[in-house]
Amino acid sequence: MTLQIALRHRFAGFVLDVAFEAPAGVTVLFGRSGSGKTTVINAVAGLLRPDQGRITADDVVLLDTKAGTNLPPHRRRIGYVFQDARLFPHLTVRQNLLYGRWFAPKGAAAVELGRIVDLLGIGALLNRRPGALSGGEKQRVAIGRAILSNPRLLALDEPLAALDEARKAEILPYLERLRDELRLPILYVSHAISEVARLATTVVLMEAGRVTAAGPTAAILSDPVTAPLLGLREAGAILLATVVAQDDDGLTRLVCAAGPLWLPRVAAPVGASLRVRILAQDVMLATTRPIGISALNVLSTTVRDVRMGDGPGALVQLEAGDEMLLARVTRRSVDALGLAAGQPVFAVLKAVSVAQENVGATG
Amino acid sequence: MADWLTPDEWRAVALSLRVSFWATLVSLPLGVMVAYALARWDFWGKQVLNGIVHLPLILPPVVTGYLLLVTFGRKGTVGLYLDQWFGIVFAFRWTGAALAAGIMAFPLMVRAIRLAIEAVDPRLEQAAGTLGASRPWVFATVTLPLILPGIIAGAILAFAKAMGEFGATITFVSNIPGQTQTMPSAIYALLQVPGGDAQAARLVWIAIAIAMSALLLSEWVARAVARRISGT
Repeated sequence: MTLQIALRHRFAGFVLDVAFEAPAGVTVLFGRSGSGKTTVINAVAGLLRPDQGRITADDVVLLDTKAGTNLPPHRRRIGYVFQDARLFPHLTVRQNLLYGRWFAPKGAAAVELGRIVDLLGIGALLNRRPGALSGGEKQRVAIGRAILSNPRLLALDEPLAALDEARKAEILPYLERLRDELRLPILYVSHAISEVARLATTVVLMEAGRVTAAGPTAAILSDPVTAPLLGLREAGAILLATVVAQDDDGLTRLVCAAGPLWLPRVAAPVGASLRVRILAQDVMLATTRPIGISALNVLSTTVRDVRMGDGPGALVQLEAGDEMLLARVTRRSVDALGLAAGQPVFAVLKAVSVAQENVGATG
Repeated sequence: MADWLTPDEWRAVALSLRVSFWATLVSLPLGVMVAYALARWDFWGKQVLNGIVHLPLILPPVVTGYLLLVTFGRKGTVGLYLDQWFGIVFAFRWTGAALAAGIMAFPLMVRAIRLAIEAVDPRLEQAAGTLGASRPWVFATVTLPLILPGIIAGAILAFAKAMGEFGATITFVSNIPGQTQTMPSAIYALLQVPGGDAQAARLVWIAIAIAMSALLLSEWVARAVARRISGT
């Protein structure tokens, strides 16, 4: 399913003007708070009526202000997961999960309760009441409740923002499984780049009510022009890698397009394919293969693009096969090494610089 | 049953219970609707509606009774047509006592229910909408269960108020034993005749007992419901 969105809405001192397309998979709306992300998914869910706009899901028109079409929220079938779970306090977890089932169109291919309960790991909670759940548990139940209402699209508004780091780490794998196991398009609002890197198939960058960049995640994150828009310190490309072996000394051996890759123990079976986010500032460049160096990973790549920054820094885009990497170095180093497009170069990466949260399942 | 009450006194107690029961039951749906409108909607004339609902609380009861008489009396502006078209008569009937009691108790009922509705998080109702529930379904499956303690409290408060209503009732439907003589009217009538004090005292104790039980019952039910819906 493809979602087409075009909106114009005027707030006091703020104009939202966006148009983009969300193809199948996870589309992450990324931007600072106040950039208009939540307004966009509220308009998609029908909780806000924009001044002008047209929103379609394949050939279903959800909103068309010109034609005077505006489906009410309950007829849009957008499964909305709010930042603050919003579970019904008077119902048990099971009743909460089944709430949308009453209203779902009869005969539609329904997702089984048991499958979602397993997928989200909430089997032990079914007979409890929402008041007795932790924040992470509540959010998992809210996600299950939205999926079980048999929506055409799942809309998540910063579902992890209200949770601490441990709870976030608890929920992210469940979201990855949803993405990979259910064929449900997901619109996901976030201001955390780690969520973009782990979940997104498509990224839509928003700033001050406008879309500044949009496209496939790997391309956006490894593009020296768009990557800084997500925050220079956070800039980093995604590398696809496959687990080859679990070594005895606590390292995991993977292989990617640029060669072997060692990372601190990754809890994944041999053969699993992973998305590894490598921060641009953790990548060092060398024109000859360095020897006598503690860094374990030396990847052979080719320079694809060099983009000088306004300050002392520069972003270098590297390619290895179909994969892209991004390195953040100084302009002085670019000059000293004479880096230019087409030049072979070695990318050096310390194994320990890749944090656990930057490794996720592929999808 | 007990012969410590005369048949007339029994009739007064039974009539009061019947009047209060029907006054509460009939006004309850209307009370929920008005409370919902006042709590959730912005509309032209909202303050006027709010004022009219609360008027019986601040007007002298005798004035309310008089207004009922000129409106719903046999020759009243509304009563005339109710009688002609539907054969419904309020004046000097127990139904009139129920109408008077219901109107006098209405502000208390609406206040209790309105507070309960204002305490319901509208974001829960919004969430129910995104799950496919239309407005009436949202009300039936989310709002109503969450305001149930408030509705029970409002109903019992209204019932207790109806049991004690005197001024508007006696003005509107008079004080006819067996017809419109409710417990407060009976107590008043007994106090007017020499030697009626002892009889009046018995009715007074019954009034106190009924009021106390209603209060305790409402507390108990509301707490049980609140526990059920608090989500723990």
